[in-house]
Amino acid sequence: MITTEPARAVPAVPRRPGPRDRVTRLLAIEARPAWQERPRAATQGAKSGVIAVVLLVIAIPLYTIVVTSLSTQASINQAGGMVLWPHGLSLAAYQEIISGGVVGRALLISLGITAVGTFFSMAVTILAAYGMSRAESFGHRTVLWIMLITMFFNGGIIPLFLVVSALGGYDQYWALIAPSAVSVFNIIVMRAFFASTAQDLIDSGRIDGAGDWQILWRIVLPTSRAVTAVIALFYAVGYWNSWFNILLFMPSDSSKWPLQMVLYDYLTQNSQMVVSAAAGFQAAVPTLALQMAVVTITIVPVLIVYPFVQRHFTKGVLLGAVKG
Amino acid sequence: MTDAATPTASRPRAPAAGLLQVTVPPAGASAGPGRRRWWARLRRDRTLLIMTLPALVLLAVFGYAPMLGLVMAFQDYDLYDGFVHSPWVGLANFQQLFTDPGFWHAFWNTLALFSVQLILFFPVPIALAILLDSLLSRRLRGIIQAVVTLPHFFSFVLVVTIFNEVFGGAGLLDTYLRSHGVTSPFDFMTDPGTFKLLATSQLIWKEAGWSTIVYLAALSAISPALHEAAAVDGAGYWRRLRYITLPGLKGITVLLLILNLGYALTFGFEQMLIQLPAVGSGAAQVITTFSFENGIVAGNYSYGAAAGLFLGVTSVILILSANKVAHLFGEDGLYRK
Repeated sequence: MITTEPARAVPAVPRRPGPRDRVTRLLAIEARPAWQERPRAATQGAKSGVIAVVLLVIAIPLYTIVVTSLSTQASINQAGGMVLWPHGLSLAAYQEIISGGVVGRALLISLGITAVGTFFSMAVTILAAYGMSRAESFGHRTVLWIMLITMFFNGGIIPLFLVVSALGGYDQYWALIAPSAVSVFNIIVMRAFFASTAQDLIDSGRIDGAGDWQILWRIVLPTSRAVTAVIALFYAVGYWNSWFNILLFMPSDSSKWPLQMVLYDYLTQNSQMVVSAAAGFQAAVPTLALQMAVVTITIVPVLIVYPFVQRHFTKGVLLGAVKG
Repeated sequence: MTDAATPTASRPRAPAAGLLQVTVPPAGASAGPGRRRWWARLRRDRTLLIMTLPALVLLAVFGYAPMLGLVMAFQDYDLYDGFVHSPWVGLANFQQLFTDPGFWHAFWNTLALFSVQLILFFPVPIALAILLDSLLSRRLRGIIQAVVTLPHFFSFVLVVTIFNEVFGGAGLLDTYLRSHGVTSPFDFMTDPGTFKLLATSQLIWKEAGWSTIVYLAALSAISPALHEAAAVDGAGYWRRLRYITLPGLKGITVLLLILNLGYALTFGFEQMLIQLPAVGSGAAQVITTFSFENGIVAGNYSYGAAAGLFLGVTSVILILSANKVAHLFGEDGLYRK
């Protein structure tokens, strides 16, 4: 599979590029180091096998969920449940969801909370990170310690629940955002980046009469776009995935539920719903397809955002590990 | 946004406040009494401090206020009496806690689940990293890494749902078995006996790819000259793995292992809470869910908070001693010495 020509003592006549070279280029195959022995065919085969299994273990569940969400009742009946080989696809489940009802509303609510929450978290995080980024500034070590302590110890669920309830947060959307809005970890990562902004840039801004707000907005932020984007995406994924906050602060009012709670509701009642789906001939849209459409809709935004984070997160993880 | 252009562009709009700040002498320059220097530094950096205020207010309300609220663990808290008027009961809640078989069950179950997950999960990302590192195709490596890291960004509700569609009753596997004549219903999702394995496989599915990143970085830090020298000396693949690759990973492995131990009592809260109804509290109850069920669901706030306080204190001790051990091994840990 991954093979390159070993260095051979051939005359330096340029070969015509063959199909093998195209594969080499397409897969960006690097030359095998001269000291490394060529693996035996059995080893290569075993390796390919393991990789295939790893990829399939992740891909098959996702595939069957998407395909089932697109399946007609006939395909679902033929498969007896989750569909692997579809016979005829239909968008009926998605049309049903878009046309309104619980799931469509939950989707909008989730998108709204994610957008508002991410914006709010970023504003707070950027300000705090910049406020602590200057070495020698007054009190920044104290502020840092006040923040760090909350990483090691917290009051736990029950006092938090009572505090939020006392502030009138029960069944309110802000209770799904504010308690988890700041991640001290993110502030510290961002602070490390801000502190590494070239000092002479900041100094020249200062000489030109820029205050801290202007330095942050016009010098520090534009030079830290990558880390800002990564942290924003981490916050966004956090809000999109957040589930326990809903269970804690909004357990009963299902008309206000975001998507994850609707998904949880389907999951915990699954056994009955699947049985009713098998008998649900009369329904225009198969229940199972509808359920799988909900799962798919929960996955899709993550898939859209993923390529943008993926480029950066190695750096993010390592920075966290080194400077956290 | 070129480096040189930015400050120049901002010049015309510079506000008076910014000018003032430049004229304030730096801290070291004013040789006045300490009090005045303190005041001058505060004046100079007041904007910076104001910027940290929103975060501090949020942490005060949602971090520190609940910490103070933990006094309720020593009260018989009543919603209508609040913290001020609820009667004090001393250590009664803790006495009840430490004699509650339900609590001890949750405690031992937490440790058992944690050990199984740690032992079975830990080698997977290391093996995956070594496998990925051995690939010569850069693009293939990138694709595999992207695929295996993806589930890290799924919520646990989603992960459990996905597992349910594969391993649950009427899931993919059950359907397949039935169509091939196996009549006994197959439901891995509700079987308390195999729950530890189920929880571990969920964790591996979700996080193994993500954990690989750190090991890959450690692998790329091993000098190829070491491998080359060993190969020239006649060491085969397995010997190089044993004497070069694995020792190169030892530092980061020990560090991650120790840091993980710090979370032995608090891990997996959402994962267990989601699956408690399906497998029952015999298999999935951990201390965090015990505290939640008693405190919030049953409305026994003080009792739940007592369990929470026990958890918080033991966790701090665990995390701090884990870092201490990491320092003994010459590693940085969560923070530096």
